[in-house]
Amino acid sequence: MTLLKRLLRTPEGTIGLVILAALLIAGLLAPAISPGDPLRIAGRALLSPFSDPSLPLGTDRLGRDVLAGLLYGARTSLAVGIAAALSAMLLGLFVGMAAGFAGGAIDEALMRVVDAFQIVPGFLLALAFVSIIGVSTPVVVFAIALGTWADPARLTRAQVLSIRERDYVAAARVIGMHPAEIAFKEILPNALPPVLALSATIVAGAILTEAALSFLGLGNPNLATWGSMIAEGRSVLRSAAYLSVLPGLALAITVLGVHLFSEGLTRALGHEGDSR
Amino acid sequence: MSPPFCSVRNLSVRYGLEAALKSVDLDIVRGERLAIIGESGSGKSTLARTLAGLLAERARIEGEITWPALGQAPLPGRDFGFVFQDPGTSLNPVLTIGEQVAEVARRHLRLDWRQAYVHAEGLLDRVRIPQPARAMRAFPHQLSGGQRQRVAIAAAIAAKPALLIADEATSALDVVVQAEIVRLLDGLVREEGMTLLFITHDIALASGFVDRVAVFRKGELVEAGPVRSVLSSPAESYTAALIANHRDLSTKPLITEVVS
Repeated sequence: MTLLKRLLRTPEGTIGLVILAALLIAGLLAPAISPGDPLRIAGRALLSPFSDPSLPLGTDRLGRDVLAGLLYGARTSLAVGIAAALSAMLLGLFVGMAAGFAGGAIDEALMRVVDAFQIVPGFLLALAFVSIIGVSTPVVVFAIALGTWADPARLTRAQVLSIRERDYVAAARVIGMHPAEIAFKEILPNALPPVLALSATIVAGAILTEAALSFLGLGNPNLATWGSMIAEGRSVLRSAAYLSVLPGLALAITVLGVHLFSEGLTRALGHEGDSR
Repeated sequence: MSPPFCSVRNLSVRYGLEAALKSVDLDIVRGERLAIIGESGSGKSTLARTLAGLLAERARIEGEITWPALGQAPLPGRDFGFVFQDPGTSLNPVLTIGEQVAEVARRHLRLDWRQAYVHAEGLLDRVRIPQPARAMRAFPHQLSGGQRQRVAIAAAIAAKPALLIADEATSALDVVVQAEIVRLLDGLVREEGMTLLFITHDIALASGFVDRVAVFRKGELVEAGPVRSVLSSPAESYTAALIANHRDLSTKPLITEVVS
Protein backbone atom coordinates (compact mmCIF):
# COMPACT_ATOMS: atom_id res chain seq x y z
CA MET A 1 0.00 0.00 0.00
CA THR A 2 1.60 3.22 -1.14
CA LEU A 3 -0.90 5.34 0.78
CA LEU A 4 0.13 3.67 4.03
CA LYS A 5 3.80 4.26 3.18
CA ARG A 6 3.16 7.91 2.47
CA LEU A 7 1.14 8.14 5.68
CA LEU A 8 4.01 6.67 7.68
CA ARG A 9 6.42 9.16 6.10
CA THR A 10 4.66 12.01 7.90
CA PRO A 11 5.41 12.22 11.65
CA GLU A 12 1.82 13.17 12.54
CA GLY A 13 0.50 10.26 10.53
CA THR A 14 2.84 7.83 12.28
CA ILE A 15 1.99 9.08 15.78
CA GLY A 16 -1.73 9.13 15.00
CA LEU A 17 -1.61 5.64 13.58
CA VAL A 18 0.31 4.32 16.63
CA ILE A 19 -2.18 5.90 19.04
CA LEU A 20 -5.17 4.57 17.12
CA ALA A 21 -3.62 1.11 16.78
CA ALA A 22 -2.90 1.04 20.54
CA LEU A 23 -6.48 2.05 21.31
CA LEU A 24 -7.84 -0.52 18.91
CA ILE A 25 -5.72 -3.26 20.46
CA ALA A 26 -6.71 -2.14 23.97
CA GLY A 27 -10.36 -2.25 22.98
CA LEU A 28 -10.06 -5.63 21.29
CA LEU A 29 -8.06 -7.18 24.12
CA ALA A 30 -10.27 -5.73 26.87
CA PRO A 31 -11.95 -9.08 27.69
CA ALA A 32 -8.53 -10.72 27.96
CA ILE A 33 -6.94 -8.05 30.15
CA SER A 34 -9.95 -7.47 32.39
CA PRO A 35 -12.30 -10.42 32.12
CA GLY A 36 -15.89 -10.06 33.23
CA ASP A 37 -18.37 -7.23 33.25
CA PRO A 38 -16.53 -3.92 33.57
CA LEU A 39 -19.52 -2.49 35.47
CA ARG A 40 -19.45 -5.14 38.21
CA ILE A 41 -18.17 -4.39 41.69
CA ALA A 42 -14.56 -5.56 41.63
CA GLY A 43 -13.25 -4.47 45.00
CA ARG A 44 -13.30 -1.88 47.75
CA ALA A 45 -14.76 1.48 46.70
CA LEU A 46 -12.50 4.46 45.93
CA LEU A 47 -9.27 2.49 45.89
CA SER A 48 -6.60 4.89 44.59
CA PRO A 49 -4.45 3.89 41.61
CA PHE A 50 -1.30 1.77 42.03
CA SER A 51 -2.31 0.56 45.49
CA ASP A 52 -3.62 -2.88 44.55
CA PRO A 53 -1.82 -4.93 41.84
CA SER A 54 -5.05 -6.62 40.77
CA LEU A 55 -6.77 -3.24 40.30
CA PRO A 56 -3.88 -1.14 38.91
CA LEU A 57 -5.87 2.04 38.31
CA GLY A 58 -8.02 1.74 41.41
CA THR A 59 -11.81 1.67 41.72
CA ASP A 60 -14.62 4.21 41.61
CA ARG A 61 -17.28 5.12 44.13
CA LEU A 62 -19.07 1.81 43.65
CA GLY A 63 -15.89 -0.28 43.61
CA ARG A 64 -15.78 -0.79 39.83
CA ASP A 65 -12.42 -1.39 38.18
CA VAL A 66 -11.25 1.86 36.51
CA LEU A 67 -8.83 0.10 34.13
CA ALA A 68 -11.61 -2.20 32.91
CA GLY A 69 -13.83 0.82 32.44
CA LEU A 70 -11.15 2.58 30.39
CA LEU A 71 -10.52 -0.47 28.19
CA TYR A 72 -14.17 -1.18 27.54
CA GLY A 73 -14.76 2.55 27.15
CA ALA A 74 -12.22 2.57 24.32
CA ARG A 75 -14.36 -0.06 22.63
CA THR A 76 -17.52 2.01 22.95
CA SER A 77 -15.86 5.26 21.94
CA LEU A 78 -14.19 3.85 18.85
CA ALA A 79 -17.14 1.71 17.79
CA VAL A 80 -19.70 4.49 18.18
CA GLY A 81 -17.34 7.11 16.73
CA ILE A 82 -16.43 5.07 13.67
CA ALA A 83 -19.96 3.78 13.08
CA ALA A 84 -21.41 7.29 13.35
CA ALA A 85 -18.75 8.77 11.08
CA LEU A 86 -19.22 5.95 8.58
CA SER A 87 -22.98 6.45 8.40
CA ALA A 88 -22.52 10.23 8.16
CA MET A 89 -20.00 9.77 5.35
CA LEU A 90 -22.19 7.33 3.44
CA LEU A 91 -25.24 9.55 3.75
CA GLY A 92 -23.20 12.63 2.88
CA LEU A 93 -21.58 10.96 -0.12
CA PHE A 94 -24.91 9.72 -1.40
CA VAL A 95 -26.70 13.06 -1.02
CA GLY A 96 -23.72 15.03 -2.36
CA MET A 97 -23.38 12.75 -5.38
CA ALA A 98 -27.09 12.93 -6.11
CA ALA A 99 -27.17 16.72 -5.79
CA GLY A 100 -24.03 17.34 -7.81
CA PHE A 101 -24.89 14.85 -10.51
CA ALA A 102 -28.59 15.59 -10.94
CA GLY A 103 -28.30 19.37 -10.68
CA GLY A 104 -31.30 21.63 -11.13
CA ALA A 105 -34.26 21.31 -8.80
CA ILE A 106 -33.02 18.13 -7.10
CA ASP A 107 -29.74 19.86 -6.29
CA GLU A 108 -31.53 22.91 -4.89
CA ALA A 109 -33.90 20.80 -2.77
CA LEU A 110 -31.16 18.57 -1.36
CA MET A 111 -28.93 21.52 -0.59
CA ARG A 112 -31.69 23.28 1.36
CA VAL A 113 -32.05 20.12 3.45
CA VAL A 114 -28.28 20.19 4.00
CA ASP A 115 -28.57 23.86 5.01
CA ALA A 116 -31.25 22.97 7.53
CA PHE A 117 -28.98 20.40 9.15
CA GLN A 118 -25.95 22.68 9.06
CA ILE A 119 -27.62 25.56 10.92
CA VAL A 120 -28.72 23.36 13.82
CA PRO A 121 -25.78 22.63 16.17
CA GLY A 122 -25.00 18.94 15.75
CA PHE A 123 -24.80 18.28 19.47
CA LEU A 124 -28.21 19.80 20.22
CA LEU A 125 -29.70 17.78 17.39
CA ALA A 126 -28.20 14.56 18.77
CA LEU A 127 -29.35 15.49 22.30
CA ALA A 128 -32.91 16.14 21.17
CA PHE A 129 -32.99 13.03 19.04
CA VAL A 130 -31.74 10.69 21.77
CA SER A 131 -33.99 12.15 24.46
CA ILE A 132 -37.05 11.72 22.23
CA ILE A 133 -36.35 8.27 20.75
CA GLY A 134 -34.68 6.75 23.79
CA VAL A 135 -31.22 5.51 24.60
CA SER A 136 -29.66 2.63 22.70
CA THR A 137 -26.39 2.34 20.80
CA PRO A 138 -27.88 2.43 17.27
CA VAL A 139 -29.93 5.49 18.20
CA VAL A 140 -26.84 7.24 19.57
CA VAL A 141 -24.92 6.38 16.38
CA PHE A 142 -27.73 7.66 14.20
CA ALA A 143 -28.17 10.80 16.30
CA ILE A 144 -24.48 11.69 15.94
CA ALA A 145 -24.53 10.93 12.21
CA LEU A 146 -27.53 13.21 11.82
CA GLY A 147 -25.52 16.16 13.05
CA THR A 148 -22.43 15.50 10.92
CA TRP A 149 -23.53 14.28 7.49
CA ALA A 150 -24.05 17.77 6.07
CA ASP A 151 -20.35 18.65 5.75
CA PRO A 152 -19.37 15.61 3.67
CA ALA A 153 -22.51 16.12 1.58
CA ARG A 154 -21.50 19.67 0.75
CA LEU A 155 -17.90 18.73 0.03
CA THR A 156 -18.92 15.80 -2.17
CA ARG A 157 -21.31 17.98 -4.15
CA ALA A 158 -18.61 20.59 -4.74
CA GLN A 159 -16.20 17.87 -5.90
CA VAL A 160 -18.76 16.28 -8.20
CA LEU A 161 -19.65 19.65 -9.73
CA SER A 162 -16.02 20.22 -10.61
CA ILE A 163 -15.21 16.68 -11.72
CA ARG A 164 -18.27 16.18 -13.91
CA GLU A 165 -16.96 18.89 -16.23
CA ARG A 166 -13.57 17.20 -16.68
CA ASP A 167 -12.61 15.78 -20.03
CA TYR A 168 -12.36 12.22 -18.78
CA VAL A 169 -16.03 12.33 -17.85
CA ALA A 170 -16.82 13.60 -21.35
CA ALA A 171 -14.54 10.83 -22.64
CA ALA A 172 -16.55 8.29 -20.65
CA ARG A 173 -19.71 9.69 -22.20
CA VAL A 174 -18.38 9.40 -25.75
CA ILE A 175 -17.57 5.74 -25.22
CA GLY A 176 -21.21 5.26 -24.30
CA MET A 177 -20.97 4.72 -20.55
CA HIS A 178 -24.20 4.79 -18.57
CA PRO A 179 -24.55 7.87 -16.29
CA ALA A 180 -24.74 5.71 -13.17
CA GLU A 181 -21.54 3.95 -14.21
CA ILE A 182 -19.90 7.31 -14.84
CA ALA A 183 -20.96 8.44 -11.37
CA PHE A 184 -19.54 5.42 -9.56
CA LYS A 185 -16.56 4.55 -11.73
CA GLU A 186 -15.28 7.87 -13.02
CA ILE A 187 -16.47 10.53 -10.58
CA LEU A 188 -16.72 8.90 -7.15
CA PRO A 189 -13.10 7.65 -6.91
CA ASN A 190 -11.83 11.10 -7.87
CA ALA A 191 -14.19 12.91 -5.48
CA LEU A 192 -13.24 10.69 -2.55
CA PRO A 193 -9.81 11.91 -1.30
CA PRO A 194 -10.88 15.25 0.27
CA VAL A 195 -13.99 13.63 1.73
CA LEU A 196 -11.79 10.86 3.13
CA ALA A 197 -9.56 13.45 4.75
CA LEU A 198 -12.63 14.98 6.34
CA SER A 199 -13.71 11.59 7.67
CA ALA A 200 -11.07 11.48 10.41
CA THR A 201 -12.21 14.85 11.73
CA ILE A 202 -15.75 13.53 11.73
CA VAL A 203 -14.65 10.48 13.73
CA ALA A 204 -13.03 12.76 16.32
CA GLY A 205 -16.16 14.89 16.54
CA ALA A 206 -18.33 11.80 16.83
CA ILE A 207 -16.22 10.41 19.69
CA LEU A 208 -16.53 13.71 21.56
CA THR A 209 -20.27 13.91 20.96
CA GLU A 210 -20.72 10.35 22.19
CA ALA A 211 -18.74 11.18 25.34
CA ALA A 212 -20.79 14.32 25.89
CA LEU A 213 -24.04 12.40 25.48
CA SER A 214 -22.87 9.75 27.98
CA PHE A 215 -21.74 12.49 30.33
CA LEU A 216 -25.30 13.80 30.31
CA GLY A 217 -26.60 10.30 30.97
CA LEU A 218 -27.82 9.78 27.42
CA GLY A 219 -25.39 6.99 26.57
CA ASN A 220 -26.25 3.31 26.71
CA PRO A 221 -26.25 2.63 30.51
CA ASN A 222 -25.23 -1.00 30.01
CA LEU A 223 -21.94 -0.06 28.41
CA ALA A 224 -18.86 1.37 30.04
CA THR A 225 -18.17 4.74 28.44
CA TRP A 226 -15.61 7.44 29.16
CA GLY A 227 -18.29 10.11 29.26
CA SER A 228 -20.27 8.36 31.97
CA MET A 229 -17.03 7.67 33.92
CA ILE A 230 -16.20 11.37 33.89
CA ALA A 231 -19.72 12.16 35.03
CA GLU A 232 -19.48 9.57 37.83
CA GLY A 233 -16.18 10.95 39.04
CA ARG A 234 -17.42 14.53 39.06
CA SER A 235 -19.07 14.17 42.48
CA VAL A 236 -15.80 13.13 44.11
CA LEU A 237 -13.61 15.43 42.02
CA ARG A 238 -11.81 16.90 45.07
CA SER A 239 -11.07 13.65 46.90
CA ALA A 240 -10.54 11.32 43.92
CA ALA A 241 -9.78 13.46 40.89
CA TYR A 242 -8.27 10.50 39.06
CA LEU A 243 -11.76 9.11 38.46
CA SER A 244 -12.53 11.97 36.09
CA VAL A 245 -8.99 12.75 34.95
CA LEU A 246 -8.14 9.25 33.66
CA PRO A 247 -11.09 8.85 31.28
CA GLY A 248 -10.68 12.52 30.34
CA LEU A 249 -7.06 11.85 29.40
CA ALA A 250 -8.09 8.77 27.44
CA LEU A 251 -10.61 10.88 25.54
CA ALA A 252 -8.11 13.65 24.87
CA ILE A 253 -5.47 11.18 23.62
CA THR A 254 -8.00 9.45 21.36
CA VAL A 255 -9.18 12.68 19.77
CA LEU A 256 -5.57 13.84 19.42
CA GLY A 257 -4.68 10.54 17.77
CA VAL A 258 -7.56 10.80 15.33
CA HIS A 259 -6.65 14.38 14.47
CA LEU A 260 -2.98 13.54 13.92
CA PHE A 261 -4.00 10.60 11.77
CA SER A 262 -6.30 12.86 9.78
CA GLU A 263 -3.53 15.42 9.35
CA GLY A 264 -1.17 12.74 8.08
CA LEU A 265 -3.87 11.33 5.81
CA THR A 266 -4.54 14.76 4.32
CA ARG A 267 -0.86 15.23 3.60
CA ALA A 268 -0.49 11.72 2.20
CA LEU A 269 -3.52 12.19 -0.05
CA GLY A 270 -2.24 15.59 -1.10
CA HIS A 271 0.84 13.93 -2.58
CA GLU A 272 -1.27 11.45 -4.50
CA GLY A 273 -0.75 13.17 -7.85
CA ASP A 274 3.04 13.21 -7.54
CA SER A 275 4.79 10.75 -9.75
CA ARG A 276 7.55 10.13 -7.25
CA MET B 1 -22.18 9.71 -55.55
CA SER B 2 -22.68 7.57 -52.47
CA PRO B 3 -24.64 9.10 -49.58
CA PRO B 4 -22.50 11.10 -47.18
CA PHE B 5 -21.43 9.47 -43.95
CA CYS B 6 -22.76 12.35 -41.94
CA SER B 7 -24.78 15.27 -43.14
CA VAL B 8 -25.09 18.56 -41.25
CA ARG B 9 -27.89 20.84 -42.41
CA ASN B 10 -28.52 24.39 -41.28
CA LEU B 11 -26.96 23.69 -37.89
CA SER B 12 -26.98 26.51 -35.36
CA VAL B 13 -25.78 26.25 -31.79
CA ARG B 14 -26.07 29.01 -29.26
CA TYR B 15 -24.94 29.33 -25.67
CA GLY B 16 -27.41 31.78 -24.18
CA LEU B 17 -27.36 34.79 -26.47
CA GLU B 18 -24.05 33.96 -28.02
CA ALA B 19 -24.14 32.01 -31.29
CA ALA B 20 -21.35 29.46 -31.51
CA LEU B 21 -22.41 28.08 -34.90
CA LYS B 22 -24.57 29.83 -37.49
CA SER B 23 -26.49 27.72 -40.03
CA VAL B 24 -23.68 25.40 -41.02
CA ASP B 25 -24.08 22.98 -43.93
CA LEU B 26 -21.45 20.29 -44.21
CA ASP B 27 -21.20 16.74 -45.49
CA ILE B 28 -18.69 14.23 -44.24
CA VAL B 29 -17.97 11.62 -46.90
CA ARG B 30 -17.22 8.05 -45.82
CA GLY B 31 -13.52 7.33 -45.79
CA GLU B 32 -12.38 10.92 -46.23
CA ARG B 33 -10.06 12.85 -44.03
CA LEU B 34 -11.65 16.20 -43.36
CA ALA B 35 -9.95 19.01 -41.47
CA ILE B 36 -12.02 21.63 -39.71
CA ILE B 37 -9.86 24.71 -39.47
CA GLY B 38 -10.46 27.88 -37.52
CA GLU B 39 -9.17 30.18 -34.84
CA SER B 40 -10.23 30.03 -31.20
CA GLY B 41 -13.92 30.79 -30.96
CA SER B 42 -14.60 29.91 -34.58
CA GLY B 43 -17.02 27.18 -33.51
CA LYS B 44 -14.93 24.26 -34.70
CA SER B 45 -14.90 22.51 -31.33
CA THR B 46 -18.60 23.21 -30.91
CA LEU B 47 -19.18 21.38 -34.19
CA ALA B 48 -17.16 18.40 -32.99
CA ARG B 49 -18.92 18.32 -29.66
CA THR B 50 -22.33 18.64 -31.29
CA LEU B 51 -21.58 15.66 -33.50
CA ALA B 52 -20.47 13.67 -30.47
CA GLY B 53 -23.45 14.75 -28.36
CA LEU B 54 -21.20 16.40 -25.81
CA LEU B 55 -22.64 19.89 -25.67
CA ALA B 56 -23.51 21.42 -22.33
CA GLU B 57 -27.16 21.22 -21.36
CA ARG B 58 -27.63 24.96 -21.70
CA ALA B 59 -26.62 24.91 -25.38
CA ARG B 60 -29.51 25.27 -27.84
CA ILE B 61 -29.23 23.32 -31.06
CA GLU B 62 -31.18 24.03 -34.25
CA GLY B 63 -30.96 22.36 -37.61
CA GLU B 64 -30.32 18.70 -38.16
CA ILE B 65 -27.55 16.16 -38.26
CA THR B 66 -28.25 12.93 -40.09
CA TRP B 67 -26.11 9.85 -40.50
CA PRO B 68 -27.22 8.37 -43.84
CA ALA B 69 -24.49 5.72 -43.85
CA LEU B 70 -25.56 4.43 -40.42
CA GLY B 71 -29.29 4.82 -40.92
CA GLN B 72 -29.70 5.74 -37.24
CA ALA B 73 -28.23 7.92 -34.53
CA PRO B 74 -24.65 6.89 -33.87
CA LEU B 75 -23.81 4.94 -30.75
CA PRO B 76 -21.00 6.76 -28.94
CA GLY B 77 -17.84 4.70 -28.82
CA ARG B 78 -18.96 2.13 -31.36
CA ASP B 79 -19.76 4.37 -34.32
CA PHE B 80 -17.36 7.16 -33.55
CA GLY B 81 -14.32 7.68 -31.37
CA PHE B 82 -13.36 11.00 -29.89
CA VAL B 83 -9.88 12.25 -29.04
CA PHE B 84 -9.70 15.29 -26.77
CA GLN B 85 -7.28 18.16 -26.82
CA ASP B 86 -5.48 17.61 -23.54
CA PRO B 87 -4.54 14.00 -22.81
CA GLY B 88 -3.63 15.12 -19.27
CA THR B 89 -7.30 15.61 -18.48
CA SER B 90 -9.05 13.22 -20.84
CA LEU B 91 -7.75 10.12 -19.05
CA ASN B 92 -9.11 9.26 -15.62
CA PRO B 93 -6.23 9.65 -13.11
CA VAL B 94 -7.38 6.81 -10.84
CA LEU B 95 -7.84 4.10 -13.47
CA THR B 96 -4.99 2.23 -15.14
CA ILE B 97 -4.31 2.67 -18.84
CA GLY B 98 -5.34 -0.93 -19.43
CA GLU B 99 -8.70 -0.51 -17.73
CA GLN B 100 -9.53 2.61 -19.71
CA VAL B 101 -8.68 1.12 -23.11
CA ALA B 102 -10.17 -2.29 -22.32
CA GLU B 103 -13.39 -0.70 -21.08
CA VAL B 104 -14.24 0.52 -24.60
CA ALA B 105 -13.48 -2.83 -26.19
CA ARG B 106 -15.41 -4.74 -23.54
CA ARG B 107 -18.43 -2.52 -23.93
CA HIS B 108 -18.76 -2.49 -27.70
CA LEU B 109 -17.03 -5.65 -28.92
CA ARG B 110 -18.75 -7.84 -26.31
CA LEU B 111 -15.52 -9.20 -24.96
CA ASP B 112 -15.01 -10.34 -21.40
CA TRP B 113 -12.43 -8.49 -19.34
CA ARG B 114 -9.62 -10.92 -20.13
CA GLN B 115 -10.17 -10.75 -23.89
CA ALA B 116 -10.61 -6.97 -23.67
CA TYR B 117 -7.24 -6.69 -21.93
CA VAL B 118 -5.57 -8.71 -24.66
CA HIS B 119 -7.27 -6.51 -27.26
CA ALA B 120 -6.20 -3.35 -25.39
CA GLU B 121 -2.59 -4.50 -25.22
CA GLY B 122 -2.63 -5.06 -28.97
CA LEU B 123 -4.02 -1.56 -29.46
CA LEU B 124 -1.30 -0.01 -27.31
CA ASP B 125 1.22 -1.78 -29.49
CA ARG B 126 -0.50 -0.42 -32.61
CA VAL B 127 -0.29 3.16 -31.34
CA ARG B 128 3.38 2.41 -30.66
CA ILE B 129 3.47 2.65 -26.89
CA PRO B 130 6.78 1.10 -25.82
CA GLN B 131 6.38 -1.96 -23.57
CA PRO B 132 2.59 -2.20 -23.87
CA ALA B 133 2.34 -4.86 -21.17
CA ARG B 134 3.88 -2.50 -18.64
CA ALA B 135 1.89 0.49 -19.84
CA MET B 136 -1.32 -1.48 -19.28
CA ARG B 137 -0.69 -1.39 -15.54
CA ALA B 138 0.50 2.22 -15.47
CA PHE B 139 -1.59 5.20 -14.41
CA PRO B 140 -1.90 8.21 -16.74
CA HIS B 141 0.46 10.41 -14.71
CA GLN B 142 3.28 7.93 -15.28
CA LEU B 143 3.24 8.52 -19.04
CA SER B 144 4.45 11.48 -21.09
CA GLY B 145 2.02 13.80 -22.85
CA GLY B 146 2.60 12.22 -26.24
CA GLN B 147 2.18 8.72 -24.84
CA ARG B 148 -1.00 9.74 -23.09
CA GLN B 149 -2.41 11.04 -26.36
CA ARG B 150 -1.48 7.73 -27.99
CA VAL B 151 -3.40 5.96 -25.22
CA ALA B 152 -6.38 8.26 -25.80
CA ILE B 153 -6.25 7.42 -29.50
CA ALA B 154 -6.05 3.70 -28.69
CA ALA B 155 -9.15 4.03 -26.50
CA ALA B 156 -10.96 6.00 -29.20
CA ILE B 157 -10.35 3.36 -31.89
CA ALA B 158 -10.76 0.36 -29.58
CA ALA B 159 -14.25 -0.49 -30.83
CA LYS B 160 -13.25 0.01 -34.48
CA PRO B 161 -15.47 3.05 -35.04
CA ALA B 162 -16.19 4.22 -38.59
CA LEU B 163 -15.49 7.84 -37.66
CA LEU B 164 -12.69 9.29 -35.57
CA ILE B 165 -13.13 12.82 -34.30
CA ALA B 166 -9.88 14.43 -33.16
CA ASP B 167 -10.68 17.71 -31.42
CA GLU B 168 -7.42 19.70 -31.35
CA ALA B 169 -5.76 16.39 -30.56
CA THR B 170 -2.29 17.77 -31.15
CA SER B 171 -2.62 21.28 -29.73
CA ALA B 172 -1.43 20.47 -26.23
CA LEU B 173 1.71 18.76 -27.49
CA ASP B 174 5.06 20.07 -28.67
CA VAL B 175 5.87 20.29 -32.37
CA VAL B 176 7.87 17.08 -32.65
CA VAL B 177 5.23 15.03 -30.83
CA GLN B 178 2.53 16.76 -32.90
CA ALA B 179 4.09 15.44 -36.08
CA GLU B 180 4.30 11.93 -34.59
CA ILE B 181 0.65 11.97 -33.55
CA VAL B 182 -0.43 13.23 -36.96
CA ARG B 183 1.58 10.46 -38.62
CA LEU B 184 -0.01 7.92 -36.28
CA LEU B 185 -3.54 9.18 -36.97
CA ASP B 186 -2.85 9.22 -40.70
CA GLY B 187 -1.57 5.64 -40.64
CA LEU B 188 -4.40 4.30 -38.49
CA VAL B 189 -7.08 5.97 -40.58
CA ARG B 190 -5.59 4.57 -43.78
CA GLU B 191 -5.23 1.05 -42.41
CA GLU B 192 -8.70 0.89 -40.90
CA GLY B 193 -10.47 2.82 -43.66
CA MET B 194 -11.85 5.14 -41.01
CA THR B 195 -13.31 8.56 -41.65
CA LEU B 196 -11.33 11.24 -39.87
CA LEU B 197 -12.57 14.57 -38.66
CA PHE B 198 -9.45 16.50 -37.70
CA ILE B 199 -10.19 19.72 -35.87
CA THR B 200 -7.31 22.14 -35.58
CA HIS B 201 -6.26 25.79 -35.68
CA ASP B 202 -3.12 24.82 -37.53
CA ILE B 203 -3.82 24.87 -41.27
CA ALA B 204 -0.29 23.82 -42.11
CA LEU B 205 -0.37 20.76 -39.87
CA ALA B 206 -3.69 19.62 -41.29
CA SER B 207 -3.00 20.31 -44.94
CA GLY B 208 -0.15 17.82 -44.90
CA PHE B 209 -2.39 14.78 -44.68
CA VAL B 210 -6.09 15.51 -45.11
CA ASP B 211 -8.21 15.27 -48.29
CA ARG B 212 -10.54 18.14 -47.67
CA VAL B 213 -10.59 21.24 -45.46
CA ALA B 214 -13.47 23.28 -44.09
CA VAL B 215 -12.56 26.74 -42.81
CA PHE B 216 -14.62 28.24 -40.00
CA ARG B 217 -14.74 31.80 -38.78
CA LYS B 218 -16.95 33.23 -36.02
CA GLY B 219 -19.33 30.30 -36.18
CA GLU B 220 -19.75 30.29 -39.92
CA LEU B 221 -18.40 27.96 -42.55
CA VAL B 222 -16.22 30.21 -44.71
CA GLU B 223 -15.32 27.71 -47.36
CA ALA B 224 -14.85 24.00 -47.85
CA GLY B 225 -13.16 22.03 -50.56
CA PRO B 226 -10.31 19.74 -51.54
CA VAL B 227 -7.16 20.72 -49.71
CA ARG B 228 -5.15 21.51 -52.85
CA SER B 229 -7.68 23.84 -54.41
CA VAL B 230 -8.44 25.66 -51.15
CA LEU B 231 -4.78 26.21 -50.41
CA SER B 232 -3.69 27.16 -53.92
CA SER B 233 -6.65 29.35 -54.82
CA PRO B 234 -8.67 30.24 -51.75
CA ALA B 235 -12.09 31.64 -52.67
CA GLU B 236 -12.38 33.75 -49.55
CA SER B 237 -10.06 36.47 -48.40
CA TYR B 238 -10.15 35.12 -44.84
CA THR B 239 -8.78 31.77 -45.99
CA ALA B 240 -6.12 33.55 -47.99
CA ALA B 241 -5.17 35.57 -44.93
CA LEU B 242 -5.04 32.42 -42.82
CA ILE B 243 -2.73 30.77 -45.32
CA ALA B 244 -0.63 33.89 -45.72
CA ASN B 245 -0.20 34.13 -41.98
CA HIS B 246 1.08 30.62 -41.90
CA ARG B 247 3.60 31.17 -44.63
CA ASP B 248 5.53 33.45 -42.34
CA LEU B 249 5.86 30.84 -39.61
CA SER B 250 8.26 28.01 -39.25
CA THR B 251 5.76 25.67 -40.91
CA LYS B 252 6.69 27.03 -44.34
CA PRO B 253 7.88 23.77 -45.92
CA LEU B 254 4.57 22.03 -45.36
CA ILE B 255 2.64 24.78 -47.11
CA THR B 256 4.95 25.13 -50.08
CA GLU B 257 4.95 21.43 -50.60
CA VAL B 258 1.19 21.42 -51.00
CA VAL B 259 1.02 24.62 -53.04
CA SER B 260 3.64 23.67 -55.62
